[in-house]
Amino acid sequence: MGDKVSVEISKELYEKAKKFIEENGGFKDVSELVEFLLSEAISDEAETVGMTPEEEEEVKERLRSLGYI
Amino acid sequence: MVSRPHGGRLVRRVLTGRRREIFEAQSGEMPRLEVPLERAIDAEDLARGVFSPLEGFMVEDDYLSVLNRMRLSNDLPWTIPIVLDATREWLESQGLSPGDDIVLLYNELPIAVLTLEDVYTWDKRLHAEKVFKTRDPGHPGVEAVYKRGDILLGGRLELIQGPPNPLERYTLWPLETRVLFKEKGWRTIAAFQTRNVPHLGHEYVQKAALTFVDGLLVHPLSGWKKKGDYRDEVIIRAYEALTSHYYPRGVVVLSVLRMNMNYAGPREAVHHAIVRKNFGATHFIVGRDHAGVGSYYGPYEAWEIFREFPDLGITPLFVREAYYCTRCGGMVNEKVCPHGEEYRVRISGTRLREILRRGERPPEYMMRPEVAEAIISHPNPFIE
Ligand SMILES: [Zn+2]
Repeated sequence: MGDKVSVEISKELYEKAKKFIEENGGFKDVSELVEFLLSEAISDEAETVGMTPEEEEEVKERLRSLGYI
Repeated sequence: MVSRPHGGRLVRRVLTGRRREIFEAQSGEMPRLEVPLERAIDAEDLARGVFSPLEGFMVEDDYLSVLNRMRLSNDLPWTIPIVLDATREWLESQGLSPGDDIVLLYNELPIAVLTLEDVYTWDKRLHAEKVFKTRDPGHPGVEAVYKRGDILLGGRLELIQGPPNPLERYTLWPLETRVLFKEKGWRTIAAFQTRNVPHLGHEYVQKAALTFVDGLLVHPLSGWKKKGDYRDEVIIRAYEALTSHYYPRGVVVLSVLRMNMNYAGPREAVHHAIVRKNFGATHFIVGRDHAGVGSYYGPYEAWEIFREFPDLGITPLFVREAYYCTRCGGMVNEKVCPHGEEYRVRISGTRLREILRRGERPPEYMMRPEVAEAIISHPNPFIE
């Protein structure tokens, strides 16, 4: 999980998030939910896919040859 | 932006470069396991990121966790076990230890190298009960499980080459759809899973979804078929006819996915959604009785199960089944049409098949004429 830092959210939202987890499951605590949602929101495509520009060009070439682009 | 891969990172495990050279020099002495087409397909799907974050066949920890709580041991949602079986006789003849590399062969063709991490047994009846909600061997998924070997092998794998693929021209892998969606500038994509040719009900559902997203991924599953099913190339032709005549240009990507079908109903609906998330889809259209067979699952069970996974990372779209209403004068569903049963004309897949089998054109409120033409003009549209 790595090092942790604190962030602040309103008490009201925190309580709502807690209730959401209790009713729906899927997350250990509010921190885990926040971490999940934040990473969903700001993740960078190239980073998650780990593709070099050359590889990306090769993929585009195939897509072009098949008529997809 | 498109969906993040499940678990955060797209798996890519194709053997290249130095590793491939080492493999080619040593593969003659490695233990070998001949696998059926279904496992060879799993191996390619694993290596090409379709099953991200899985990097190989499941070890016992993950297997039991998926079986009992529909999550991997790290808590990530996962509903269908992806396991490799072997027989006890084979295992005893090999003298294997953890860390050993095993070459998986399909039709004597090297498919993948599995680095063995775990050897374990499974209770197939319990497996059937949990995954399929029945132990009845009359269920095709259960029957397939009962026929498999008693030993399971877990471990990461690297792909040498996928099994021969007759639909290579239409096959896109997650890396490719992701680049494609980026090129098209799509940020939201709804994926549609199918094994059928499209009738007006399918078109209605897809267009309902398309109203709210940038693009649609029409994603037929290819692979194993039973007698009477439409051939894969017929499904492709039919969709090409539909999208070229009735969809705006550039809003649909049609691509096939070769993946095993288990008919595990609700669990498989979640699995289908996770897989499409890996292709970059942000939304997934969940059908009525999705991935069901016979009457093993309730019509809306596949919708209900999604409530258990708020952390799936892909939004399920529950679009009600469409029918033609003679009073509304068009395709509608029960949420938007107030009229009674007597006005509702439902499109039956079975009836359509009968009509098409006779080489006739279905009425236009059931199927677009261009789609019917594409099917009928095929010399042999059905599996025999
Ligand atoms: Zn009506």
